[in-house]
Amino acid sequence: MKVIFQLILKRIGLSLITLFIVSAVVFFIANLLPGDAAQEMLGQSATPEAVAALRDAYGLNDPPLTRYAKWLGGLVTGDAGTSLANSRPVSELISSRLSQSLLLAGLTAVIAVPFAMVLGIVAAMHSGRRIDKIMNIATLTMVAVPEFLLATIFVLVFAVELNWLPSLSYIPSDAGLYDYFRAFALPVATLCIVLSAQMARMTRAAVLEQLSQPYVEMALLKGSPLSRAVLRHALPNAVGPIVNAVALSLSYLLGGVVIVEVIFNYPGVASLMVDAVTNRDMPLLQACAMLFCTGYLILVLIADLAAILANPKLRTGG
Amino acid sequence: MMSVFKSMPVSGKLGSALVAFWLFIALFGPWLAPHTASEIVAYDVFEPIGGEYVLGTDYIGRDVFSRILDGTRFTIFIPLLAAALACSAGTLIALYSAVSHPRTDEIIARFMDALISIPSKIFSLVMIAAFGSSVPILLTITAISYMPGSFRIARALAVNVASMDFVTVARTRGESRLYLAVKEILPNILHPMLADFGLRFVFVVLLLSSLSFLGLGVQPPEADLGSLVRENISGLAEGAPAVIVPAIAIATITIAVNLVIDSLRGGATYAAKGK
Amino acid sequence: MTAHIIVDNLQVQAGSPEQPVTIVHNVSFSLQRGEVLALIGESGSGKTTIALTMLGYARPGCWISGGAVMVGNDNMADKTDAQLATLRGRKVAYVAQSAAAAFNPSRRIMDQVVESALMHGVMSRKAAEEKAVKLFAQLSLPSPDTIGKRYPHEVSGGQLQRLMAAMALICDPELVIFDEPTTALDVTTQVDVLKAFKAAVKATNTTAVYVSHDLAVVAQMADRILVLQQGRVMENNPTTKILSDAEHPYTRQLLSAVQHSDIVQNKADSDVVLEIANIEAGYGRIKPDGRPEIPILSDISMKVRRGQTVGIIGESGSGKSTFARVIAGLLPASSGYMLLNKRELFSAIADRDKKECQHIQMVFQNADTALNPAHKVGDILGRPLTFFHGLTGAARKQRVAELLELVKLPVELADRKCGALSGGQKQRINLARALAAEPSVILCDEVTSALDTVVAAAILELLEELQARLNIAIVFISHDISTVKHLCDEVVVLYKGSKVEHGSGKSFASAPYHPYTDLLVSSVPTLDPQWLDSRNQDQEARNIPISNSDSLCRFRDRCTVKLNGLCDSEAPPSRKLSSGKSVLCHRDEAMLSYS
Repeated sequence: MKVIFQLILKRIGLSLITLFIVSAVVFFIANLLPGDAAQEMLGQSATPEAVAALRDAYGLNDPPLTRYAKWLGGLVTGDAGTSLANSRPVSELISSRLSQSLLLAGLTAVIAVPFAMVLGIVAAMHSGRRIDKIMNIATLTMVAVPEFLLATIFVLVFAVELNWLPSLSYIPSDAGLYDYFRAFALPVATLCIVLSAQMARMTRAAVLEQLSQPYVEMALLKGSPLSRAVLRHALPNAVGPIVNAVALSLSYLLGGVVIVEVIFNYPGVASLMVDAVTNRDMPLLQACAMLFCTGYLILVLIADLAAILANPKLRTGG
Repeated sequence: MMSVFKSMPVSGKLGSALVAFWLFIALFGPWLAPHTASEIVAYDVFEPIGGEYVLGTDYIGRDVFSRILDGTRFTIFIPLLAAALACSAGTLIALYSAVSHPRTDEIIARFMDALISIPSKIFSLVMIAAFGSSVPILLTITAISYMPGSFRIARALAVNVASMDFVTVARTRGESRLYLAVKEILPNILHPMLADFGLRFVFVVLLLSSLSFLGLGVQPPEADLGSLVRENISGLAEGAPAVIVPAIAIATITIAVNLVIDSLRGGATYAAKGK
Repeated sequence: MTAHIIVDNLQVQAGSPEQPVTIVHNVSFSLQRGEVLALIGESGSGKTTIALTMLGYARPGCWISGGAVMVGNDNMADKTDAQLATLRGRKVAYVAQSAAAAFNPSRRIMDQVVESALMHGVMSRKAAEEKAVKLFAQLSLPSPDTIGKRYPHEVSGGQLQRLMAAMALICDPELVIFDEPTTALDVTTQVDVLKAFKAAVKATNTTAVYVSHDLAVVAQMADRILVLQQGRVMENNPTTKILSDAEHPYTRQLLSAVQHSDIVQNKADSDVVLEIANIEAGYGRIKPDGRPEIPILSDISMKVRRGQTVGIIGESGSGKSTFARVIAGLLPASSGYMLLNKRELFSAIADRDKKECQHIQMVFQNADTALNPAHKVGDILGRPLTFFHGLTGAARKQRVAELLELVKLPVELADRKCGALSGGQKQRINLARALAAEPSVILCDEVTSALDTVVAAAILELLEELQARLNIAIVFISHDISTVKHLCDEVVVLYKGSKVEHGSGKSFASAPYHPYTDLLVSSVPTLDPQWLDSRNQDQEARNIPISNSDSLCRFRDRCTVKLNGLCDSEAPPSRKLSSGKSVLCHRDEAMLSYS
């Protein structure tokens, strides 16, 4: 038990170190250019005095390391600075959007993960047969299709041609369940398809890897049917790699929401971030970027921990 | 080369043909175009397929066919170059890492892990906000965002090979680390790294198109296929080819490359089983 | 009486359905109830493939393409998957080669042992577990009541192999297939497992098929032997007949490859090429007391003379491969020193100069991983020529051809990559590469253990011949005591990283031995079918973990002639025996001879 506890602590520590490196990378890229944020905010007509005053107010005259330390300290305490575009606190801007993005991502994950696992396992069980080959080509295609193509085709078919669903994801304030379904159907479907394809392929590979192990052959030779050999023998050993595949795919979801939120005009963090890029609103941009990276690291950490706990060698401290 | 093609399944042959087709368009597209890309040829916008203009007209009446012929080179060549940069840099750093002291190896791997945990789209957005968006910067951004992934794969392969006895034999001979990396390890990871190069190419095509679709990629007056989708998105309601065709064009490029890689890999596993 | 098992005109094919390759050609044989049949052959003989057809199973990429496999009234060759599932594990059971890989790592042993009984519904879980415990006891497993609660990684390899036999016997099958069940085990472990298997099969009057490449093992287990070569039956006769009066020349070839002459010619004492003194080595960081965190070797000394062979013998965990790494400089020793041609040799490879690297060359066990698959044979051999001797162009080509000739390979091989070569050919190239450097010492780490017996015998012959011609010194590392006895002028026995015995090759021909060497020597099966039955039960290792840094005798937990009070409290002295060898033991020569 002690061994596993140490292992978990070590993983968490490593994630924190990674997060620290990430924050440095993000901050220094965003602040590398000598471009003057104060000048930009005030416009070309501003007096030099006004610009200088603003620079002072935002602490832009401090050396980079000091600014980085301040920024990082702020992040840890929940203060991500002030948006340059509309002078509101960044944390306020984000928090109003975060729940929306999490809802979209969560819904997608809840649908896509089980769907992809079933697909992957079925494909692995029928490896080399027709159903596997068809799924191979189908997932291969879906992995390679840009999200915006899927989204536009969906809009064309379901919103424009059939007129079943709205092309923009709008939730009225007195929304019922049906409104929610209508608003989410297309964005979630788009994300699900891209994501499941990826995840199903990785799940298939993980299960197939286990199926080639001698203990699966042994299970078959003990008289267990293929389905039992896969579900009872191979699957428990594939948990580590599968959770890993799920985490990696979900991290892809973090990027995928960017496009989907913009296309469906969905009020989430990603579309906020795209706006920040267009406005060169660095404080907001940095905060959004850190949010996404943290999300990724949490997913990977969960996958690592699951893999550790699924391994009896580590669990029993051997 | 020919025998490889012949041994491919149908899907692989189809993929190879499509890849060849798109390479041809990327190389010679601008000369084949009936009009220049920026020329407004018609008063009618969003004309359908099969009229006076093969693929109709766009949102201000330009010839869609010509614009696609012109824009393909961005969608092919930026990713091609970026993937090549990402893969070669990733492989070289991985080789260095694999023959270095474990501590150096650990530091490099840790840093790359940090880079990997910045999703490529997020990284690109930060970079574009900081440096703006031009072809050289897009190239740099996409190359950097996919380099750590290449590194990770190359390192896993290289570490595997480095633990083989033939590398140990060379080590006991007193060979330099450069020799170990280049002569003993590299030839054995080249093949899988070529497949990885194909995958990276697909990733970069998708990323670049997405950025252009967001209006943050290739900037007017130039336009890649992603930009074409974006600028004509208002034609979506009428199902204009100006928005559908470039989107499908991107998909055929990426799917084709994926099919080729998949059939090459499939062939490899089949050969291994047949032994 | 009709036979219990009838295999009739069996044919198995592999490859793609368009271009099938036949790997088993019209094999027929039969077997009476309660008989044990051995399938013997080298790799590629189809022995495992044939055995698996009795479960109606063919590995992926293979299929049964003709003939019948009757087990009782069931033809296993024409059943559906669903029908086979009801027969496998209940009527026909399987014991796999590597139990470590064949047990599911994430499930407890008991669940796996009783699984087939529960699946087939032959008994309740309670009854099955009771039966399993009985089988554990019958197979002389330690703590039979609780061993099932463990995970596979928590028990030893020899125990796992016996647990797998329990798994096979749980449903009282009519037929059990043993697929090389002891190949992966150390000899001293193998004996106990063989004994347990034999007793269990006899007690239940089960028909058994025993697949092996080892004639001596098979001689102990089988009533009949079927000799296979490349998917064809060469000979099918009772064991006694095969051993005393084999009909087929191939069988006789197999037999002669097993029987080494133990005569070692006395070579004149030549000068010392490599001297190793008081070496200590291990892994992990070096602790303040100068010892590594995980110590492997302690206090190893020996001298290697020009033109002579020193054998290093030990089982898994003895530290013999670590020793080779220390000499090669891959793992610097934490203390002690080495002299190469009377000059001090740095312990780390980075500190050694080219000349020193040149004079110590390593030959690895597995030629598949020791030769770079991306290089041509000519380049593999040419590189040391260029590196050490500056040969290029035609001179290098000439020398490569000479080297190929030296190891009796055709010169045309130089232009080929080694992927398509056979195991024996690869091992010859492996050897030639070491010779290319013109070294003083060659380190051979288990160079024959991955090869078939006949091929291995040829490699050993070549090694002896080359040594006589080139007058090089060889350090021959092996787990196989009969090979070492046959080949080596001097023998060192390692146990858990300590040198328990050291003497001339001749002195190993007869007792007295160190108790461990004694166990090792007596554990090697002979071609005498009575050998196994005549052996006394050995004492199993008790569960006191003895590490490679223990200063007391590290063999004390397994020693049958331990001196209570002494061996547990004092470090053993090194004794010189009259035969000239030294032994690390509390017992003196008289006591050792008596035991």
